[in-house]
Amino acid sequence: MQDRPSYDELLAAVEHFLDTEIVPNVPGSRGFHARVAANAIRIVRRELSGEEEHLAAEWSGLDAILGPAERPAGREELRSALRERNEVLSALIRGGDADDGETARKVFEHVQRTVRDKLTVSDPALLERS
Amino acid sequence: MPRKTATPDEVGAKLTAFLKRSHNAKSVRVDDVRLLTGGASRQTWSFDATIEHADGRSETLALIARADQRQTVGMMTRDAEYRLLEAAHAEGVPVPRVHLMGDDSLGAPFFLMERVDGETIARRILRDDEYEGARQKMTAQLGEILAAVHRVSIERHGLANDLAGPLAGKSPAESELQRIEGTFRSIAPEPHPAFELAIRWLKARRPASGEPTLVHGDYRLGNLIIGPEGVRSVLDWELAHVGDPMEDLAWLCVRSWRFGNDQLPVAGVGQREDLFRAYEAAGGRQVDAAAVHWWEVFGNLRWGVFCIMQARAYLDGLSKSVELATIGRRTAETEWELLNLMESA
Repeated sequence: MQDRPSYDELLAAVEHFLDTEIVPNVPGSRGFHARVAANAIRIVRRELSGEEEHLAAEWSGLDAILGPAERPAGREELRSALRERNEVLSALIRGGDADDGETARKVFEHVQRTVRDKLTVSDPALLERS
Repeated sequence: MPRKTATPDEVGAKLTAFLKRSHNAKSVRVDDVRLLTGGASRQTWSFDATIEHADGRSETLALIARADQRQTVGMMTRDAEYRLLEAAHAEGVPVPRVHLMGDDSLGAPFFLMERVDGETIARRILRDDEYEGARQKMTAQLGEILAAVHRVSIERHGLANDLAGPLAGKSPAESELQRIEGTFRSIAPEPHPAFELAIRWLKARRPASGEPTLVHGDYRLGNLIIGPEGVRSVLDWELAHVGDPMEDLAWLCVRSWRFGNDQLPVAGVGQREDLFRAYEAAGGRQVDAAAVHWWEVFGNLRWGVFCIMQARAYLDGLSKSVELATIGRRTAETEWELLNLMESA
């Protein structure tokens, strides 16, 4: 257990520094890259806050399509197992098994949900405009 | 390992010597050398050159040097880009005038072209009051210019060997889809079920197409120089190829190039119908709206794969750019748009 500030609080300090001290005072491409860097911090903060929930939702969505499987406990193991299951889902789509009928609907809705979760991390403003 | 970029002073000295030699000049002075864009392999330098000619005449030119640090496989050579710019100019496409083909003095292929003043940053073009008049005119202008691009004769300008074209026995749609799918499968670090759905959708609906034309390949906001009066110049011809002209009309409408102005599909400034009308009226090919829609879906897939490609340059250690790193996370926006387009079709 680390001391406060938490990782989110530390990242918030870096984000604030970039936004208020660097971006307004540095012209040209370096200033632009500072803006991009501040945005990268925001992406990481949103990912850390939603990751557990997103990974669990993706796993159960895949359960509904590929059949239930035991979810690994550790985060790295879960990521790597999700990757393998997404390879299986991709092969299923490539083979035409998600072209129509109930499977097509289930797959489409699952993919839509996982992409929405990715966007809540990478670009929530885009989702608000949709 | 990331390659070290030459300093402005080093580049300036080399360009001075090159211009003096090429113009057989009494003297050359190069000022204000700036690196505009510096990828891992390709760079664009801006500078001013004051040339005192042998006859005593003196002139100052605003120039751009387009250089390759190293030749990238599959990328258009600087020599081909130079000839393409000449051909486009001859057909009335607004492009920077080429000045000189380079030699080996930068240690890598390069050419010089005129520097056109104006704005390329989409956010400013779409929001600043200064460009209000330009925004009113741009949709029609973009259609007219594209009609001229598609009139550039590949044969007459001897460009056939410079440009990729449809694969043997395959239509442009089939060929481009096969190429982008191949790229996706060879570079993506992880699976993308949304792209699998899109590829499946695209394969089932490939449009027939007419006579192939020159296709600019990256015709969008960001690659256009805009002034308060409208479009001044079309840049970035490196992705030009021989293909279906509908591809360019569609790429201009891909959502990412609307930069937030979602309700104005043409570059965030206009409606598709107005673009198509201006394009046809200026002598463009007959517009097939269904084919343009197919190419717009394809365009979102293509931009998604380009996002992965740029992130790969970071992941593979070719560049440490924070911009390239974060662009990997923009892949999701193309997946989202693909799902929307497939759902509404």
